[in-house]
Amino acid sequence: MASTITPGASLQDQRADQTAAGLAETVRELGGEAGGRLLEISMGPHHPSTHGVFRMNVLLDGERVMRLKPVFGYLHRNHEQIGEKTSYLGSIPYTDRLDYLCSMTNNWAYALTVEKLTGLVPPERAEYIRVITAELTRLQNHASLVGFLLQDMGASGTPLMYAFREREKILDLFESLSGSRMMCNYMRFGGVRVDLPPGWAEQARQVLDAFPRFLGEFEKLLTQNEILVARTQGVGILSPQLAVNAGVTGPMLRASGVNYDLRKVDRYGIYDRFSFRVPLGEHGDVFDRYMMRILEMHESVKILDQALRALPEGPIMDPKARLRGLRPKAGEAYGRIEAPKGELGFYLISDGSPIPYRYRVRPPSLINLTVLEDMCLGRSVADVVVILGSIDIVLGEVDR
Amino acid sequence: MTEPEAKTGEIRAAAAPPVTAPPEPVSAEQVKSVLEAGVPGCQVELVVNGNPSAQHSLRIDPAHARASAEFLRSHSELKLDYCSNVTGVDWPVAGSPATPGNPGYLEAVYHLYSMEKKLGPVIVRMRTGNRTDDVQLPSLTPVWRSAEFQEREIFDLYGIVFVGHPDLRRLLMWEGFVDHPMRKDYVPPPEDDPMPQFHGKPPAAPAQSANPGTGEKG
Repeated sequence: MASTITPGASLQDQRADQTAAGLAETVRELGGEAGGRLLEISMGPHHPSTHGVFRMNVLLDGERVMRLKPVFGYLHRNHEQIGEKTSYLGSIPYTDRLDYLCSMTNNWAYALTVEKLTGLVPPERAEYIRVITAELTRLQNHASLVGFLLQDMGASGTPLMYAFREREKILDLFESLSGSRMMCNYMRFGGVRVDLPPGWAEQARQVLDAFPRFLGEFEKLLTQNEILVARTQGVGILSPQLAVNAGVTGPMLRASGVNYDLRKVDRYGIYDRFSFRVPLGEHGDVFDRYMMRILEMHESVKILDQALRALPEGPIMDPKARLRGLRPKAGEAYGRIEAPKGELGFYLISDGSPIPYRYRVRPPSLINLTVLEDMCLGRSVADVVVILGSIDIVLGEVDR
Repeated sequence: MTEPEAKTGEIRAAAAPPVTAPPEPVSAEQVKSVLEAGVPGCQVELVVNGNPSAQHSLRIDPAHARASAEFLRSHSELKLDYCSNVTGVDWPVAGSPATPGNPGYLEAVYHLYSMEKKLGPVIVRMRTGNRTDDVQLPSLTPVWRSAEFQEREIFDLYGIVFVGHPDLRRLLMWEGFVDHPMRKDYVPPPEDDPMPQFHGKPPAAPAQSANPGTGEKG
C-alpha cells in the first residue's frame, strides 16, 4: 500500500502503514525521498525521560519525528487478573501500585466503585478525610510532575528538589496517617481504615499554610523563565476536538480548553460543598499543561483549606460495611474519579461470589498516550521528551 | 448509514422523551428508544442490572454497531462524544450450565459519556458468536479514538478481533505470544515459573562445573 507521511497532519489519515511490512515500505519510500537520511531509533525503555520502562519506536528525518509508536508492557503483571483472583478487600493494596505516586486516589476510585456495587454510604467524616487525602495527593503529584518536566528540559535538580521538599512533608502526613508513605492502602469501601491520629489536622494545616509560599517561589523560579517558555510554548499542541475524541482527560484535557472536571461533573463524594474553580488552557501546548498543574495546585489548596475547617467528628466507617467476605449482589458498576492524571475508573462485575468476576482499571495515563504521536509529529526529539513529560504518565498504571 | 435515514432518525428522536441532566444518569430505556428510531434494523436489548448501582446497559447487534456508534456520537441531544472505558469480558458458559454444546461468548463493553452535554454513562455491549472462531466485532476506534489502545488491549488479553481497527496488534504481551491471558480458562505455561521447586523433589545434582553460576554457558 502506497503511503506518505505528512509531519504534523492528523494521524487518522495516515493509518495505512501500521504493520511491520508497511513500516519497512514507508521507510524505503521516505528514505528515497529524504535521500537516505531516515533513521529508526528505539527510545527507551531505559531512557531517563521515559519515567520508567516506556519505549517509543521513533522514525527520524534528521532531528524531525516522522513517526512515533509507543511500545508498552514492560511493567505488565496482569493486574486485572490478580484482581479477579482476590477478594474485594484484597485488591485495595494492589490499587496502590497502579499509579504509585497517587495511592490515595487509586484507593478512592476503587472504593467508590465497590460502594456503587454494594450501596454502601461512607459517613461524613470519612468523606472529608477522603477529600483531604485526595487533594494532598494532587498537590504532591502535580508538584513532582512539574519537577520532572523541568528535569527533562535540562534544569537538573533544582526544581525537582524544591518539589520533592514539599512532597516530603505530604508523604510524612500520609505516613503518620496510614503507616506508609507511598503505598497507603488507606481507604475501604464504606469509609476509611483508621481515623486521623491526634494532631494530624493541625500538622496538615501547617503544611497547607506553607504551600502557597512554595508555589509562589516555584512560579517565580519557573513561569517567567526564558528557557522554559522557549521550550514549551507552541510545543505539542493538542486540539480540543482531538482531545475529546481520543479520550484525553485530566489537566491535559483542560489545558486544551475543554471544561470537564469530574469533581464538578459527577460531584462524587462531597465535592459539591467546596468552592473552587476549574482552570482552563487556551492553546493546549506544553506550557498550558504546565500552568494547569500550577493553577490546580492553587485550587487544591483552597479545597483543603475549606475541608480542614469543616472536618466533622463522627464515625469513619459505614456500620453496614463488611470488609471480609463481601458478596455484592450480582451485577456491575463503573465508578470514576478525577485522579491527578485524569479520569481513573474501575469497572467491576460481581457474580455474587466474594471474588469479582471482572475487575477492570481504566488507566488515564495509557489513554492520554493515544495522542502522543499526533503531538510529536514534525517536532524534534528534544520536544518529544518535553511532550511526554507534560502528559504525566506512570508506568505502573500504563502497563498494569 | 445513508444520509436520509440519519435525518429521519433525528426527527423521530426529537419526539422521544427528553434526556434528563446529571446528577441523574441518562436512562438506558430512553437511549434504546432513540437508537431504535435512529438506526433502522438495529437490534437493541436492554440488559437490566439488578445491583444497587443500577447501571443498565444496551446490547446491540454487531452488524449495526458502527452505525449506532456514529449515530450516538452525533445525536443532537445525547452527543456521546467521549468513550471513556472499553473493556472485554469472557463468558465461557454464557450464564447456563457448562455443557459441550454451549460455546460461551466474549463481550466488549463501552462506557460512553457526553463531555458537551455532561451526560452518562451510556453502556453499550456487543457479543461475539463464540470464543474460538467467531470472535470478530466491529471496531469503534474510527468513531472514538480513545478505543484505540483499549481495543488493542482486548485483542491482546481476550482475543476479540476488531474489524476495522487501524492498528490491531498486541498491546501488553510480547510479539509472538499465542494465548489470551485474561480468558477464564487460561493456564500459564509451566516454564512461566522460573523458580526452582525444591519441595517434594530431590535437590538437583551438583553442577559439573565448579562454579554453578556458569552452568548455562557450559
